[in-house]
Parts: sequence; C-alpha cells; structure tokens
Amino acid sequence: MSDLRKKLDLAAVRARLEGARGREYWRSLDDLASTEEFQDLLEREFPRQAIGWSEDENSVDGRRNFLKLMGASLALAGLTACTKQPVEHIMPYVRQPEELIPGKPLFFATATTLNGVASGVLAESHEGRPTKIEGNPEHPGTLGACDPFSQASVLQLYDPDRAQVLTYEGEVRSWAAFLAELRNIVVRQRLKNGAGIRILTETVTSPTLAAQLHAVQQALPAAKWHQWEPAGPHSARTSAMQAFGQPVHTRYNFLNANVVVSLDSDFLASGAGYLRYAREFSARRRVRTDQTTMNRLYAVEPMPTATGTKADHRLPLRAGDVEEFARALAAGVGATNGPQSGQNGDIYKWIGPISRDLLANKGASLVIAGECQPPIVHTLAHAMNAALGNVGKTVIYSDPVEAKPVDQVASLQDLVNDLDAGAVDVLLILGGNPVFTAPVELGMRDRIQKARLRIRLGLYEDETSEVCQWHLPEAHYLETWSDGRAYDGTITLMQPLIEPLYGGRSVLEIVTMMTDLPQTGAYETIRSYWASQHTGGDFEGWWRRAVHDGLVADTALPAKTVAVRGDALAPAAQAPQAGGSLEVVFRPDPTIYDGRFANNGWLQELPKPVSKLTWDNAAIIGPGTAHSLNVDTGDMLEVSYQGHSLRAPVWIQPGHVNGSVTMHLGYGRTRSGRAGDGMGFNPYGLRTAKALWHDTGLEVRKTSGSYLFATTQNEHALDTRRHIIRQGTLNEYLKNPESVHEGAEVPPRTLTLYPEFKYEGYAWGMAIDLNACTGCGACVVACQAENNIAVVGKDQVRRSRAMHWLRVDAYYSGDPDNPAIYNQPVPCQQCEDAPCELVCPVQATSHSSEGLNDMVYNRCVGTRYCSNNCPYKVRRFNFYLFSDYETPSLKLLHNPDVTVRSRGVMEKCTYCVQRINYAKIESEKENRKVREGEIQTACQATCPTEAIVFGNLNDPNSRASRMKAEKLNYALLADLNTRPRTTYLASLRNPNPEIEA
Amino acid sequence: MSQIFHHSTNTLARVTIFGGVFILGFVSWALAELDTSAYATRATQAREQPVPFSHAHHAGGLGLDCRYCHTTVETSGFANIPPTKTCMNCHSEIWSTSPMLEPVRASFRTNTSINWVRVHDLPDFVYFNHSIHISKGVGCETCHGRVDRMPLTWQDASLRMQWCLNCHRHPDRYVRPREDVTMMGYEPAGDQEQIGRQLVKQYHIQDARALTSCSTCHR
Repeated sequence: MSDLRKKLDLAAVRARLEGARGREYWRSLDDLASTEEFQDLLEREFPRQAIGWSEDENSVDGRRNFLKLMGASLALAGLTACTKQPVEHIMPYVRQPEELIPGKPLFFATATTLNGVASGVLAESHEGRPTKIEGNPEHPGTLGACDPFSQASVLQLYDPDRAQVLTYEGEVRSWAAFLAELRNIVVRQRLKNGAGIRILTETVTSPTLAAQLHAVQQALPAAKWHQWEPAGPHSARTSAMQAFGQPVHTRYNFLNANVVVSLDSDFLASGAGYLRYAREFSARRRVRTDQTTMNRLYAVEPMPTATGTKADHRLPLRAGDVEEFARALAAGVGATNGPQSGQNGDIYKWIGPISRDLLANKGASLVIAGECQPPIVHTLAHAMNAALGNVGKTVIYSDPVEAKPVDQVASLQDLVNDLDAGAVDVLLILGGNPVFTAPVELGMRDRIQKARLRIRLGLYEDETSEVCQWHLPEAHYLETWSDGRAYDGTITLMQPLIEPLYGGRSVLEIVTMMTDLPQTGAYETIRSYWASQHTGGDFEGWWRRAVHDGLVADTALPAKTVAVRGDALAPAAQAPQAGGSLEVVFRPDPTIYDGRFANNGWLQELPKPVSKLTWDNAAIIGPGTAHSLNVDTGDMLEVSYQGHSLRAPVWIQPGHVNGSVTMHLGYGRTRSGRAGDGMGFNPYGLRTAKALWHDTGLEVRKTSGSYLFATTQNEHALDTRRHIIRQGTLNEYLKNPESVHEGAEVPPRTLTLYPEFKYEGYAWGMAIDLNACTGCGACVVACQAENNIAVVGKDQVRRSRAMHWLRVDAYYSGDPDNPAIYNQPVPCQQCEDAPCELVCPVQATSHSSEGLNDMVYNRCVGTRYCSNNCPYKVRRFNFYLFSDYETPSLKLLHNPDVTVRSRGVMEKCTYCVQRINYAKIESEKENRKVREGEIQTACQATCPTEAIVFGNLNDPNSRASRMKAEKLNYALLADLNTRPRTTYLASLRNPNPEIEA
Repeated sequence: MSQIFHHSTNTLARVTIFGGVFILGFVSWALAELDTSAYATRATQAREQPVPFSHAHHAGGLGLDCRYCHTTVETSGFANIPPTKTCMNCHSEIWSTSPMLEPVRASFRTNTSINWVRVHDLPDFVYFNHSIHISKGVGCETCHGRVDRMPLTWQDASLRMQWCLNCHRHPDRYVRPREDVTMMGYEPAGDQEQIGRQLVKQYHIQDARALTSCSTCHR
C-alpha cells in the first residue's frame, strides 16, 4: 500500500506524538502520518476494488462491464444447479494395509531439518498422502509446536516445480545409468586414493550419514568432504574453538532465567531449538492470578525481530556496535576488564542498570549471542554466563550436535583452492545451492565448472544444477528414511510417508552408492547402523519404539564442563568508531530462509514478522536514515559494497537502527520455480566471506524508479483509538489488575436487539495471550495447511486479497526510532451477536448451536455483505479462482475434511470446525463429553508459546474459560457489543525501574 | 382515429398478464420437480458395475452381515468398499472359475483395484459420517433401502438436503435400537414415536438445533 503514500514528514509525526496524551498506537508510518489513503484503508473493507478488475480499465467502462456481466451471470446462475453430478468411481485396496481405516488419518513421527538440526514432527497421512505437519509433543526440540518451515514442507513435497527426472547434460537418464557411472568413477579414483573426489554437503548431524561418509573416506582416503550452509551458526563454531579450544555446542534453559539479555539473537523465532526456547521463555512470562512474576528481556539488535517485539527494553544498535555493547556489559558484570563508557552514548546508557539486574540474578540470568554476531560476541557471552554462574543452570555446554563441526567458510575456501588447482575430477554437490549462496568473491558459478565432472543432488533444478552435468532428483524428507540430531543432540529418526513421487534418492543413498556396502536402500542402511550401535538386547523392540516415537529417548548430549580461555578475550583490536559509513546487515529471511524455500507459495505469502512484507525483500532502513538519505519506502537505491553493487528498493521500518541497511537473503532467485523466480533482489551479490553478516562501508545512491511492495501491514486496519491493543506494566497490573482497560467502554450485555442464545452442550471459544505471542507466523501457515487456503500471489496481496484466515497484526507505540511493538493474531472472532449473520441474504453464514458463525460455502452467492459488515475485517473473498483444481500433485495436498473453495465464495476462520466435529463424533461414539484439550485448532497446536487456547466455555474449568476469567481479558472492539468468542489477554511488560524512570 | 390494435388483442393481453403468472409458476414447479426427480438424483436407478455384484444374493440370500465387507462403518466416516482380498476369501474356493468373477481374480493377480461405480455420491461439500449414524441407531436400511433385495445396487433415497433434514429435525421418527442397525425389514416392536423418543434420550442424540446447524454437515 506504500505505493500510494505521500512523503513521510518525520518532524510533523514526532510533533504529533509528543502532543498526544496517554497511550497512542499506530499501525504503520502511513497511519502515523494520517494519510488520506490510510483513512480509506481503515474505513473500507475492500479499498479500491469495487469497480473493475484490471488496472487499465477506466471506471465507467468497468462499471458497465460489471453490470453486464452481473446480469448475465445472474441469469445463468440458476441453470448451474440443473447439472447432474458426474459419475464417480471408488477404487478400493486390493489388500488393505493393516491399521489403515479409510476416512481416518494416521500420524507418523518424523522430523524436518534446518541447518542439519532435526525438529521432531508428526505427519498426518490420509490414505497414504501426507497433508499436514504437527509438532511431535514428545520431541524435546519441538514439544508439539511447529515452525512455519515445517508447516509449509508439505507444499514443498507436492511442488510441481520440483526436479522430476534424472538428467545428464539435460538429457533424461536412468538411475541405473548414473549408478554405473558413479561406480566407474569410484573404481578409477581408487587408483589415486580418491584424490580427485570432493563431496560438498550441507551441515550434517545424521549419525548414519556421517558413518557412511566416513566409510567413503576410508575407502578413498584422499577424497575430501566439505560442508557449506549459508546461514549456519558459523560464529558460534568459531567462538567455541577460540574460547574453549574444542568444538562445543551451547544450549539454553529459559525456564531458569529471570533476566535475559539478547545480543542480537532472535531466539524466539529462529535458530536451533527456538521452538523449545519460545515455550520456556513464555512460560516464565505468563501473568495470571496465580502467577505474578515475569522474566525480563533486554534486546539489542539492528532490525526489529520477533524477539525484539517481546523485549521489555529494546535497544536498536548497529550490528557492528553490539560487540562494543557486549564488551561493556562483560566489564559491567565483572567478566572482563574494560571501559564502561565510550563515544557512542547509546551503547552505554543501559549498561549499568542491566549489569546490576544480571548480578542480582546470578545463576538465574542468561546472556545469549545471536548467530549473526561475530565470534567475539559469543565468547563474551560465554564469559558473562560463566561470571554470572549461569553455566549448568541456564546455559548448558555439550559435545557438538554436528557430526563434523568445521569452519565452513574455510571448508568452502579449501574447495575453491582445489578447484583452482585443477585437482577436482568429480564434485558431488549433495543438497544446498552453493552457486547461489556462496560468498560473492568466490565466483562459485565459474569456479564449480573447473571440476571435470559435476554431480548435483537437489530438490529443484536450480542455479547450481545449471552448471552441473548430472542432476539427480532428491527425495523429500517425507519420502525417505533418515536420522539426525535435535538441538540438544537427541537422536531423531525420520520415516517416509509416501513413495518418492519422482523416484528421488536421498543424500544417504547417494553416499552409500559410493561405498562397497550392500545397496539395500535407506531403510536398511539406517537400521543396520543403529543395530551396530545398539547395546543390550531386544534390538527389534528398541528400534520399533524409536521409529514410533521418532526419537530415542534420553539421548540428549550430556552436559560438559568447559572454561573460557583467558586469551580468548583479547581487547578490541581497534578503538570502536562512532558513526562512520553506512553499515550493511545480512540476515536469513524470516520466511524463505536462505533461499531454499523461495518456491514455496505459503512461505512467500506469509507476512514477515514485524514488517509484514510478502513476496519481497528490501533494503530496510530506519526512519532517521531515510530522512538523512532523503528517501521513502519504494524508492530505488543503488547499493554498493566492496566493488559489488545492486539495486534494491527501500523499506522504512520503525524501530530499525539508523546507520544500517538490513537485507534479507534468499530473494533474487533465477531458477527456483514458478513462485520464486524474479521475486526481490539478491543480497548474496554483496556478501563476502569476510563479512557474512555485517560490515561498514556500504554506499548508497538514490536512483530513478520506484517499487511496489505487497505488505499486509495496512490491510484490514482497525481504528487504534478504540483500545485494540491493551497493555501495561507488571507493576501497574499488580497495583490494579484492571488498569490495562482504562478508558475502554464495555456496554451492558442487555443493550442489544439480538435474541439471547442458549448453549446447552458446548460453547466454543478462544483466548489469545498477547503476552505470549511473538508474531512468528507459524499459526498462519498452519491454518493455511489445515484449511486448504489458497495462495493468491503478490499482485493480489497488494489488492488486499490475501486469503489468510488468521492474520497477525503488528502495532507500534512511541517514537518511530524505537517504538514498542505489539503482535496481535486476529482470526474470526466468532461473535455472539454477529453483524455478518444478519446481512447475508441467503443465510450462508449463520449461528450454530455451539456459538460458531458457520460459513456455508455452497450456499454463498458472493454478495460480500457479510464482509462489509464485519468490524474485525476477518472475512476473505475469492475474487478469482485462487484454488488450484488442475495441478495433479497439488490435489494430493488438500485436507479432505475441508471444502476447497471456488471463485465467488466468501470464507473465514471456522475454529477448525472439522476438528471439532471429529472430536465430537469420537466422543459421542464412546458416550462421553469431549475432553478438555481433545480439540486443538491448527493455530493452537502449532503455536510455540501456547498463546492460543481453544476450549469449551460452558466448562468453567477449561483452560479457555480460566483465561477468560483473568482480569487481563478483553474483547476487540468491545464497544460494539458483538460479544466475540475470541478474546485477548492484555500484554504486560516488566521494565527495569532503573531504566523506566 | 382508427384503433391500432384489433379488439381480440384484449384477450391476448389478459392471457399474458394472468397466464404469465401461471406459466412462470408452472415452469418453476416443473423445474423443481425435475430437480428432485429420480432422473436428476439417479435414485432407484441400478448402476452398471465391472462385476455384477448382487447384494440380494450376498446379504439377502446368504445372510452375510453388512459389516463383513463394510468393515469400517462403525469406526470411520467412510464405510469402506471391501478390498479385493475380502472377495477372494470365499471366491478363491467357490465360483473360482466363473467368468463373471474374472475381473475380481484379475484385480487380485495384478494388484490393481476394481473400478467400482460410486452409487451413493454426496456433493463434495457435504461431510457425512457413517460411524456416528450407526452408533446413534440409524439403520442401514433407513438410508440405503432394502439392499437385500437389490440384484444390482441402486440409490434408494434422493440424498437431497431436504431428505437429510427430515431425520435431522425428527430423529425420533427414524432411529432404532443399536443392535438392529444392520437388520433389513426392521419393524419397530411397538409405537415408533414412543420407542424413538426413548432412544433419542438413551443415545443422547443432539437436539434439532444442533443437528441442523450448518457446520454439522458443511465445512
């Protein structure tokens, strides 16, 4: 919507904020500047789309066409009912598999991996086709929650753009032909001990794969194995070697932490183990009648992240300044000797209060360094945690989770040197996309071609496949057996849910092909590996248990004692400079990560936390930088760094530090598939091995042209003056629990013309704890997967037509340079007195006996009256045929329990009524009531922080009822007296009194 | 000035004005009738199947219980069509060379499904669940008719929403004791209304408001 925005007058905005009394919230800079366009967005459900459906139509023609077509379709509408249903067939099994009951889903434990680290999930299978991913409640890394990447992995499985055939120089070949070639290579290479073989993989945690690679290296001792992961924990690895002299893995326990300091760490929404961290962190943050303590979070970061939005004190600092902050804090808590003041006062202003807070919570505090911070910051965090006595309590050290931790930058450099020396006969690239993701100065595209034979295993025929002779289709994780380790080292087993759709093979199978071991497939390889590792009797029972659970219990790596070496904490090489040139900051994208999910429509369309951008990345800058560069959102910049340059559109993000430009990696793909090609720009084009995450010396120049973003931040806007967000501090709450509702009006219950409904059985309702919500967006993707929600594309998102039933709004308050940020998930509120129900001329939306606002798609004629009358703007209309009825592989994706909606139909959140009905039917067959917790809506089940709770309000002991009984509970737009079934618990912060005063 | 229209046009006008109403009414009535007719709903039309399977012979003549083949009817929403293996339980021994059964044997040999024509085909936006109906005492016969008298299977009821609602509004008129659900030709052992009311209570069948909520069947 920013395309419509007028130039932002920062001075005027500041003046307005200063003049404002009390708490004032805003949705975006447009909102703050009170532009006319924003008012339009606020007042209308579907702005700018009443007339016409393409941009080139002028309004008069558009209206005429519209009336003509309306008339014609009205006349034809009646006739469509006269068609006979086509004949359908039933194809029963020949031999029905045991345990499979047609019509009932089965769940299998498996796991997804990111950077090698496994997250246990349960995959739902309908007659053999996986349709939905849930977290595995027994897995220590997920505890039943699920991240957006895992949620969207089913779409990746059925992606029609996946590589479907094995090719040699573009010609289709068979696996037998490849196997013969590979055996040939191995036999020839054996003469020189495999000196010409290089294997490049992503990070490996799989014990079996590591064992196979080890077997290859034993047979071919001169062959080399390299690993490269563009967004991996490079700094943590290097820091461990520097600080402890050995590879050490760090994990955290937030349950024991009263005070947390995040040094640019987004531990609530990214990185290994974040689902568990978010669960533990929020458990200490929940304020209820019976829990009145809260942890405290300080966050220091350049770009506002999900973690930053939860911080009690957030300090925007340039990524390069975090080191100085960490040094000062380390000195403050007595971990090192160093200055506690410097040129840049911002860095030092909170050092005193924060260090006192940390020292007051010795053994119950935690300093956590971000994966994108340099090794020294990690080392300083280790030193601080040691000095604060946190080791063993909130910080646990163990042996590495990775099978072979190496400095991956050096590993890649080593490969490049060998390529240059002409020493590489055969290069096997197993997974990853190094041509796209390698540091720019390595020139990987040309360098790789120095290997005489390039073999590539990948899910997609991407940028790397383009320069390889052999392309082998990779098996998706839902198609093959594998294993791995969780964030704490727990052995995690992955089992396939479906035969490989395109005959793909896994990395493990390719590596096994290089050995003399029997070629019995991944299952036998994995099983025999674990049989060889198993001690004690009854392997079969142990194995079955492990496959069933998806993990081997009690295999978390034991804690180990390490000490930070004194020489690891050398003082800063040079005195830190304040100001200076612009800083460039690279970060993995919150939704498409390092680019591997670029072709996933669900992740592309998932609004990114905080910025709410979809389908794009941007040169993200703070309001102050925008002012000094004299640029506005949508302007084009030419950015250059170290002789490389590219064009990038500007996005002004409130809360982003000034003096830095953040760019999210993963966009600008050229060969990702239909969804990802040509979206955004490619910051890898600036990224060097020396500065993987940030560096100064960025030059920017405003150029001609402007850019249209698709952001949902201004869509479906509610009037912030009407107490949409309610929040306060812990102290205010303890003094007066109702203080958060100050000024809000709730009309008496009787003030209504609606008849009172009686609910004798169940009365479903939902409570959402704003204090727990991090705005990560997992719920949005979960909802999309569960409810067959269509992807609409960037152009349609720009027209407010994104179909997500659940949106996560972000609200700001305070200074645009460092505002407080609030997240608010908004599904259908399921009003008791629902405005939508009354206006439907065909009763396609009506009240159920359990209080749901039912939506009947087959009845809907698309008047959109309901949507127009919905004060919460939660209804979504199919302006086009957004659902894909054609692509064969995508048909397998749909949840069979939910209708696939067609064009011209309204839809909205149903509280996952298919799950409600399933549980009700099962309970009634057993002659009992639905148990508390038996029904979990898709959003609830996936939520890492358990912010969303669904339940029966007729049961006063249900979790939802108890949450609603809390003093913090409030309804959105309560003054309208719609009496929503979905209510919110106000957000509380726990500021440090020293800083707040 | 002479009249433009002949006197007889008066009659024509009257006929069109009044007749219009009746003609429109008739056309609407005829369309509605057509829509609910067996022609449109395919009710009572026996379907051609790859194997002329006779329920009359198996269920009626031999007295096989419905659940011998439709095993999941009590546990799942879908009352499964038996796998070929179920046919072969008997037909590997009896009629094992009958040419009529060749498609069954071929299916078993080649491991390919028999391509049955679906007889009861609800629209895709209707989510019917067999198991809950069985558990609440709705007999097979209530919806499927006298299957034991069908040499080739046909759909007995219209399967239109109106027909569903008959029972969802007044379940007491249709339910029977659970132990009799698969019985064909069931006769209530007394006054159906009285038995029905008692069963509705005993089986905790929801009230009409819940049973006629849209999301009970549509989602």
